[in-house]
Order: sequence, then C-alpha cells, then structure tokens
Amino acid sequence: MLREENEMVIDASGLTYKELNGLIRDRALSGAEKIFLRNVYGQRYIGTRLYSLTQTQNSSKPGTRIEIEVWGTPGNDLGAFLDGHRVVVHGNAQDGVGNTMNDGEIVVEGRAGDITGMSMRGGEVFIRDGVGYRGAVHMKEYLNKRPLLVIGGTAQDFLGEYMAGGVVVLLGLNATHSANFIGTGMHGGVIYIKGKVGKHQLGKEVGTFSLNEKDKKILEDCVGKFTEHFDVGIDQKDILHGDFIKILPVSKRPYGRVYTY
Amino acid sequence: MRRKMYEKEISACSIFGAMNIEGERFTGEGVIKAIANMHLRGNGLGGGFAIYGLYPEYEYYYALHIMFRGNEGAKKETDALLNRSFDVVHDEEMPSGERANVPDPPLVWRYFVAPDKKGKDKLLSDDDYVVQKVMDINLRIENAHVFSSGKNMGVFKGVGYPEDVAEYFQLDSYRGHIWTAHGRFPTNTQGWWGGAHPFCILDWTVAHNGEISSYGTNRRYLEMFGYHCTLNTDSEVIAYAVDLLMRRQNLPMDVVAKIFAPPVWEAIEREEESKKILLAMLRRVYAPLLINGPFAVIIAHHGEMIGLTDRIRLRPLTAGVRGKMTYLSSEEAAIRLVSKKLDRAWTPNGGEPIVVSLDGGGRGEKVDEVIPFA
Repeated sequence: MLREENEMVIDASGLTYKELNGLIRDRALSGAEKIFLRNVYGQRYIGTRLYSLTQTQNSSKPGTRIEIEVWGTPGNDLGAFLDGHRVVVHGNAQDGVGNTMNDGEIVVEGRAGDITGMSMRGGEVFIRDGVGYRGAVHMKEYLNKRPLLVIGGTAQDFLGEYMAGGVVVLLGLNATHSANFIGTGMHGGVIYIKGKVGKHQLGKEVGTFSLNEKDKKILEDCVGKFTEHFDVGIDQKDILHGDFIKILPVSKRPYGRVYTY
Repeated sequence: MRRKMYEKEISACSIFGAMNIEGERFTGEGVIKAIANMHLRGNGLGGGFAIYGLYPEYEYYYALHIMFRGNEGAKKETDALLNRSFDVVHDEEMPSGERANVPDPPLVWRYFVAPDKKGKDKLLSDDDYVVQKVMDINLRIENAHVFSSGKNMGVFKGVGYPEDVAEYFQLDSYRGHIWTAHGRFPTNTQGWWGGAHPFCILDWTVAHNGEISSYGTNRRYLEMFGYHCTLNTDSEVIAYAVDLLMRRQNLPMDVVAKIFAPPVWEAIEREEESKKILLAMLRRVYAPLLINGPFAVIIAHHGEMIGLTDRIRLRPLTAGVRGKMTYLSSEEAAIRLVSKKLDRAWTPNGGEPIVVSLDGGGRGEKVDEVIPFA
C-alpha cells in the first residue's frame, strides 16, 4: 500500500489514545508525511499532539503538514487543536470533531456526532453526511482566521449555538431539516442552509436573509471543495442550484442586558 | 510557590446494550469488550451488567440477587424473611473469581423463589408482592441490598471497571438475548457496590449516564407508590418510575418518554390539537416524574431494550443495527468493535426513544425509525 518513503502505517489495535498519538508524533518527527491508521476504535484526540511540528523547532522538516488517514471509528475530539495538518476518516466520526482546531482540514466520509466543529478558530471541516447536536457550537473568527464547517446532510438541534464567527454550510442532501433552536445565542458568523427551514426552527437571536453576490462566491467555493472530497452523485452546479438561506445574528450582544445592571 | 497542575478527569459514564431481536441467546464476550473499550469514560468506581434470558432452568421463579455487607447478621435476617414470604427452590453463593481487580467485594447470594402469599397479601399480584418484599429488605434489613429481582434475568454489579466486574462474576459463562452494561463515573454520591448500575426492580433495569437534578422530587413522588430509594444514587428513581408507569399503569414507551423528557411548551403549542392536549396533560399529571438534568439511559425488560436521552441530548447515545442485532452505546466505536459492519448507525433525537423489540413479539416495530441519518 505504501507508495512513498515518507508514508507509514500504524495498527491502532489495542492502543490507548496516548500510545497512538505518541506513535503518530514519533513517526511524524522522524519524517513521515502521510500516516495510515488501521483498526482505530475510539481512540481520542487523533492529530492533537502534532502542534509543534508546524512550528520551527522539533521537526526534521519545520512546517511539515502531515496527512493522517483513519480506517475505523476515531474517538471523541478528533483533530482537537489541529494545527495545519489534514485528517481523513473513511467512515463515521464521534463527538467533538475539530474541537478548537486552529488550522488544517478534516474530511469525514460518513457522519459525525455532537459538537462537530466546537470552538473552531480556523481550518476547514467537511462532513459527507449529517452531524449530531450543537454543530459549530461557539465557533469563532479573528482577522484572517475564519473557520469553515460544511455538512452534506442535515444537523440535529442547536446548530450554531453561541456561534461567534466562521462559516457553516448545511447542504441538506437526501435529508430534510428537522433541527430546532438553530443559531440559539449566535452573535457572529454565518450559517448557509439549502432546503426548507421554518421560522420556529430558528433561535431567537437570528434572522434569515437572502444571498448576495459575496455569499454566492463563498458557497461556490465551499461546495466546490465538498464535491472534490466526496462523490455524492451530484455535482457542484446542481448542489448550488436551489434555494439557500443565510442565517445571521440580529444582535452582536444578545445577552448584553443579562450581564449589565 | 509552584501551583499544582489541576488534573482534569476526562470522564463520563459509559452505557452499552445489545439485543438479538429473534431472542437467540449470546455470550457476553462482545458486550464486555465494548464496554471495556469505553474504559476512559469511567473511573473504576462502578461497573455492571444486566442479562435477560439468563436462567431458563428457573424461568418461572423470581431470581433474587442480594448483596450482604458486614457480618452474618444481614444474611440471617434476609434468609428468615425470604423463608417466611417465599418458597425458595434454590439458593447459592454467586460464583465469583477471587483474582479480579475489584475492591472489598461483599457477599452476593442468589435465590430462586416463588411467592408464598398469606392473608391479605393474596390480593396482590405476584409482581407487586415481590416489589413489596424487595423494598422491605432494602429498607428494613441493614446491610442487605437487592441487586436484582426479575424472572429469568439478573444484574451483576460492583465497584471496579466493568470489565473487572465481569471477570469477578465470571460473566463469560452466561448467555442472554439482551445484555446491557454500564461503566460508572460517580458524580454526586460515593461509588459503592449497591450504587453501581444497572438498577433493577422486577425485570426492569436502567443503566444511566448523567445527573438527575429532579431526584428529590422524583423520589418523594415514587414513595407515594411504595417505592423507596435506598441505594444513594439518583439513577435508582428511573428504575422505579418505569416499573410504575410501564408495568403498573401500562403506558407505552413513547408516552413514558414524553413524561421523562417532555417537549418544551413552545413545541407542544405547534402540535395538532389532540396531541397538544395529551402532551400538556402529561406535563401536568406527571410533572413530578419529569427527569431534569442531562441523561442518556438504556432501559430494558423482557423482550425490549429502550434507549432515551434528555430532550436536548446533553449525553450521547448512538444506535447501530446489523441484521438481527441492535446495539445502543455511548460511543459508536464500541459498537463497531463488536460489529464492524452496520446496516445503519444513527443518533436519536433527544427525548425520542429507540425501542428495540423481539421480532413478532412486544409492541410495534422492531426498531423505531427516528431519523434516517445513515
């Protein structure tokens, strides 16, 4: 299976998350650029301890971006604090994908659990199917750091809860949106949704708006990447064709009055 | 002065359930492997299992698993009570492995009994009579606690990680058509043998991940119906609540789910008229049985395994189906470890139960369609 010298395989059978992440780090420090993980069953924090590889010290090749391919079911907080690396999951992921990630890319060829993209502050996450509760909860952005979460299917309740920045795209492929409390407490960022969403499904702090040219450009870009990552039997043009809505917060400080006296 | 680093425990309880919908019995090997895979979620202060279809040779007798602490007094007193109230057809010490890593195991004994009702007790159903006797033992006999009191099923639990508790009780030698399992991370009360999950009354068992902030209210309400909480753990109330609602009041699970995890008033407002009336009435009549706080539970009784989370799913639950096997788990990876390929894996909506019934038996479908998440 290995084609290049810098590719390596780790059999995760029976390893704890510490052992597995230790091995990934060792391999990366010794020059591996692509690491295949086999038999992953619930090990958490995959990709987390590679932080300093992107910095100048500690690495044989500073700034190296590792690609990790996961076979099996990775545990919670996949790619937590991920800093510039790429993680691909051939299957479903659990809760907390991309928790507080800073940069890089996570691609899940399946569904993801609750709190996908929680507190993300940069980088991109692509989920082929649906996500669970509280997708993008407390996602944020600052200057040029603008995280992106693209979901092919739909989401369960509280998508974009307390969202403070970033972009969420919900494509609704082969799914109807039944989530409630979308954007509850949201005060920054934007959610694009294709498909029908009733007013009662939205949180009190958001409103719906129609797309402008800038939005269309963003969507074209996101959907383009999505169709590059996944073969969902429908191309970019057809996904983009159809009604999208844009959800924005109506106040920058929805709880301002709660905390002032 | 150097500040000591705060060592954060990254934990939560783990729950797992497996059911063969054709009623074929299977060994616990997979279930033990699955719950052990979520080792990280517990902290070694509780583990347990419920097994259905466990004692076919004593199918018609209530199987009482009773734990005794301290000296012989508790057992003597309990034996006397049992001999007065039941025909004890067989009793023995629970087989256990000496070498398992469990702290201070108490004496656990199992009895197979048939009710021997006298006087006005004859007016009670067998089940009600057994509930009364279980409460008697738990309340009145110090250091005796009934783990399990159903027919053809049993609960095995204790302090330790679930895989260690399984080894202690030698669960690899048992077979059942439903297995549920729990790994504990106690939050508000101590970890002790009686406080491990699953909780059981008759053949109802509950394995719970979460915290019940309505415990006081629930407990006082259940006392009016003769249920007494004695095990110092909030989850105990759910077991008695399902016995009250599902066995005694014969309510179906989808109604019980709306009692435990009722929709918010705004959602009730949007329902059609008849459903609105029902949901509003359930909230009013059964307000003291609303389970407040985060929870994911696996409830089981003969022929049925049920998964339910609180209405905003503050605790995780994933379901997986492969052929005649259905699995419920805190984490999908644990299911995949047992069944690499699944026909379907999904996470149920909060407050919407997944009901897994015996094929052809039970009520309704095999598995309730909740959300086709693929």
